[in-house]
Amino acid sequence: MAQASTTPKSQNPPIELPRWLEPLALLGPAGVWLGLLLVIPTLLIFELSLVPGIRPGEVVNPSSLENYALIFQPIYLQVMIRSLIFAIGTTIICLILGFPVAYWIALIVPKRWRNLVLVGFVLPLWTSSLLRSYAWITILRPTGVLNSLLASFGLPPLDILNRPPAVFIGMSYSLLPYMVLILYASLEKLDQRLLEAAADLGANPQQVFWKVTVPQTLPGIAAGSLLVFITGLGDFVDPELLGGASSMTAARLIYNQFLGATQNWGFGSALSMLMILAVSIAIALLIKYGDRSATGV
Amino acid sequence: MPPPRPSSKLPLSWQALFSLVMFGFMYLPILVLAFYSFNQSPYSAGWKGFTLDWYRKFFSDTRILSALRDSLAVAIFAVAIAAVIGTLMAVGLARYHFPGRGIYRGISYLPLIIPDIAIAVSTLVFLAAVAIPLSGGLIQLNLWTIVAAHVVFCLSYVALVVSTRLTNLNPHLEEAALDLGATPVQAFIQVLLPELTPAIISGCLLAFVLSMDDFLIASFTAGGGTNTLPMEIFSRIRTGVKPDINALSVILILASGFLFFSAEYIRYRSEQKRLG
Repeated sequence: MAQASTTPKSQNPPIELPRWLEPLALLGPAGVWLGLLLVIPTLLIFELSLVPGIRPGEVVNPSSLENYALIFQPIYLQVMIRSLIFAIGTTIICLILGFPVAYWIALIVPKRWRNLVLVGFVLPLWTSSLLRSYAWITILRPTGVLNSLLASFGLPPLDILNRPPAVFIGMSYSLLPYMVLILYASLEKLDQRLLEAAADLGANPQQVFWKVTVPQTLPGIAAGSLLVFITGLGDFVDPELLGGASSMTAARLIYNQFLGATQNWGFGSALSMLMILAVSIAIALLIKYGDRSATGV
Repeated sequence: MPPPRPSSKLPLSWQALFSLVMFGFMYLPILVLAFYSFNQSPYSAGWKGFTLDWYRKFFSDTRILSALRDSLAVAIFAVAIAAVIGTLMAVGLARYHFPGRGIYRGISYLPLIIPDIAIAVSTLVFLAAVAIPLSGGLIQLNLWTIVAAHVVFCLSYVALVVSTRLTNLNPHLEEAALDLGATPVQAFIQVLLPELTPAIISGCLLAFVLSMDDFLIASFTAGGGTNTLPMEIFSRIRTGVKPDINALSVILILASGFLFFSAEYIRYRSEQKRLG
């Protein structure tokens, strides 16, 4: 428990500094910053979430769970369920699309190309998320790229924009690189001798995949799925820009309570706390069942 | 290393083909933006002739340019502050074991996980509680509230990257420096810092890109008078498809790509140095 790597002083330094000064200088500034702008604010919205009313200061009836009860009204419950469906659906799509890609990069691509291919795959992640959504608008709008392409094959046009399918496309597109990164980290550690052994013992490729590869990478699958789920649950941009008016999600609902027409800071805080709670549960599950080494990506 | 399943060749080509399609999926939106940025008619999917008009429009659009300036200012200040205090924090967490260390570390990584909207909301409520005049009054202050909020997540990313590097470092180098008579500050600046520099730069570039991309936190913490690039882009997309955004996209994508490759190159070089 003692200080890990500070050494006994062999010679007299010019000025003897107090021992507590160094840890304070290292950990103090960030601690103060996080305390002021993360911990205290979170405690404040927790407090505010218990205050039914409009804005801070306009206290009507302090300390009640009214704001939380409001969430269960059908109109808001529907928004919550929609957010969950978007997040879960996106997770499933990303898993199905991402696994073969991660498998291919981690196990089939020659070793010296692996990093380059992986970097190439996640590179679009570095571009502005708003502009990527904007690009999907350009592709999916009625006179957009997709429908021109369909028309040139003589197929009927698709009216996807401002509907849930567009949200699934946009969110899966945004989150696929995260899934691939984490699955890759997991698959790369896979002991390939096990696959060979299973094949030698007569398992067919499908049996090898389901009985060896999948169980071995389950922690990575859990980590990737939870990360995509969490990020998807809090996504604002994709549902907002691609989903249209009928695709309101939790993030937009919270946004409206603070910056929109319907100002209710207490209700917004309660929604925000609920989201933090959902994320905390997901993280607790991840720590318990997931692959912690894969989450540092 | 032989291929994993020598007995079956079919799945290999299936996965390669599928991955190729997925690469196409990842790059399709970017190619579409680039295509439209040079197309005379941005509303038709067909090619109507080459033009640089959208780029000219972009460079004479003072609203976008001033939003870009605000975004750059926020990102540069936030990343600079985060680089210093994030690095100190990573070193401190690696070096000291104290009661509450687990909680401290947990809190420091929270911004990586908590949804932006929750961070945005809590920061707004905090700023309202301490009664910083968000609208009107000092314009500078509006910019600084975004900077303060951005430092929170930037510092998490810097600390994460620096911590990873710290675990791979030889701890005896700094001890040797101390034994040879260096003061702790000298040992930190002359021995530890050069070793950490690639990780710090890499973390900073990551934080920079994320700060430039943030829409939610900036909208909640900006007052009137401050408008970051994502805020400007968002309001333009909401009011319909605006072709000059295509040119902006291409410029931003090229800049992000450049930053990404710089970060990767610096990381790669330092890995090579460490192995060599």
